[in-house]
Amino acid sequence: MLEVNGLRVSYGGIQAVRGISFHVNEGEMVALIGANGAGKSSTLRALARLLDPAGGSVRYRGKELLPLPPHALVAEGIALVPEGRGVFPRMTSLENLRMGAYARSDKAAIEQDLEQVLGHFPRLKERGQQLAGTLSGGEQQMLAIGRALMSRPRLMLLDEPSMGLAPIMVQKIFEVIRTVASDGMTILLVEQNAKLALEVSQRGYVMESGEITVTNESTHLLADPKVRAAYLGE
Amino acid sequence: MKGQFRRSVAGQRPWLGVLLLTAVLLLVPFVAGLGGQAWVRIANFAILYVFLALGLNIVVGYAGLLDLGYVAFYAVGAYTYALLASPHFGIHLPFWVILPLGAGLACMFGVLLGAPTLKLRGDYLAIVTLGFGEIVRIFMNNLNAPVNITNGAQGITLIDPIRIGDFSFSQSGTIFGITLSGPQKYYFLLVVLALLVIVVNVRLQNSRIGRSWQAIREDEVAAKACGINTRNIKLLAFAMGASFGGIAGGVFAAMQGFVSPESFSLMESITILSMVVLGGMGHIPGVILGAVLLTGLPEVLRYGIEPLQRAVFGRMIVDPESLRMLVFGLALVLVMRFRPAGLWPSSQRLRELAETAD
Repeated sequence: MLEVNGLRVSYGGIQAVRGISFHVNEGEMVALIGANGAGKSSTLRALARLLDPAGGSVRYRGKELLPLPPHALVAEGIALVPEGRGVFPRMTSLENLRMGAYARSDKAAIEQDLEQVLGHFPRLKERGQQLAGTLSGGEQQMLAIGRALMSRPRLMLLDEPSMGLAPIMVQKIFEVIRTVASDGMTILLVEQNAKLALEVSQRGYVMESGEITVTNESTHLLADPKVRAAYLGE
Repeated sequence: MKGQFRRSVAGQRPWLGVLLLTAVLLLVPFVAGLGGQAWVRIANFAILYVFLALGLNIVVGYAGLLDLGYVAFYAVGAYTYALLASPHFGIHLPFWVILPLGAGLACMFGVLLGAPTLKLRGDYLAIVTLGFGEIVRIFMNNLNAPVNITNGAQGITLIDPIRIGDFSFSQSGTIFGITLSGPQKYYFLLVVLALLVIVVNVRLQNSRIGRSWQAIREDEVAAKACGINTRNIKLLAFAMGASFGGIAGGVFAAMQGFVSPESFSLMESITILSMVVLGGMGHIPGVILGAVLLTGLPEVLRYGIEPLQRAVFGRMIVDPESLRMLVFGLALVLVMRFRPAGLWPSSQRLRELAETAD
């Protein structure tokens, strides 16, 4: 579904991503893990078209994504859940969810999806009229995921969903991610919490200083002594 | 009590409020006229500033783009009118040609300013727009050589008034048995224009575009992730705000019969911005209140302080002109201290402040 070839990202003269290649199959959840500054987020930001890569190609369902502006991705069926819970703080939860359907015009289906998303996240239903900025960190992250779902994507790009959340909330969020994936969503998950990311995903790529160093099925990566030593704190 | 009152007037009997407002709007020029035409002119300026402030409200209040060079578009509109309807070039086009042309030109300038500043926010955007406003003013000041286009600091005089057939807005005349002075005629024209900008503001607020502006204001990355074309939507805010500035400029030129670069200083931009902020950013009644207050109060001061000083001290101690800035500044400080959301904020913004305070 998504095929990345030789992707390079540089900031000034510094190369953050050095020509990496990976792919995501339909219906699969793939984790991109690695330490702080390994280039994971830069990769995702390039895919989401929030920055222009120095080179490489990104093909999505056979179509080259790189010439597209960021807002056009939604129409292609790609939804980004931005890093650091990018919700609209001064809109209510419901307004946030409706913003997710901004690019759609099928009113009846939007209402249906809204009901479904609220069914997924009862917490958001309770806080429907509350301003998003006053929600807890975990609730905001849920809202961001819910909003992404409202665009009816085929591929979801998740950027560090566990960032800055209390451990118990992290567990909750990953349950949510698991539910979304079990509905058949294709997910590319960029995450620092390697253990959790590998537990929910089918395959994983390990990034180190802008390069992909190891790739395998997630269960194998979890068992790999090198990965365990470097990323699982053993 | 106050809430109850408002509900009974606005809620149960909306027509009563509208009727009351219409009556007040109709009576203002005649009541003001009793004190001399100068007061009608002040009322006219108040409405012109309502128009300007609501135009700026689109950029600042809705899209959240801090624009300190708004007066540049006002200047573009005013000079467009002045150059195309005065003996300066000997061109005398009718207003219905020039006003849209001025709006269009101002709109172009808006995009011109917006395009290179798309990635700037907050203070940085304010600095660039401030520079832009000054550039336009300095151009107007110096475009008198080698080819005399704007007549430099002397400005352009003898600008045609707005005229529809034989009906001139600069002379007094009788319509439906009521004698109206020039300024009183302009008053009604301005009210119509102001209603137009109010309608546009209201419609925008609850539209898809309005929601995209709010989204961009709050989180640009998230807005992009929702599929909003942030570049076009931001440019649209600049373009729309600028167009209204252009129209206001044209009417200003026609009403005054004279324009010079002096009228388009940075202070003017700041005054218009203050109206928006002081009244209640993004809230239409608030912005209107801000514009009326900030236009009216200095005039009241000017006409009130002098006689007051003479009565109390027997002579002039403080020049009202210098007091004006003092009171202006004090008012801003007080409002920001005690009503940070503005004098008449929208219920939503009030709620936001209350919820984020704790």
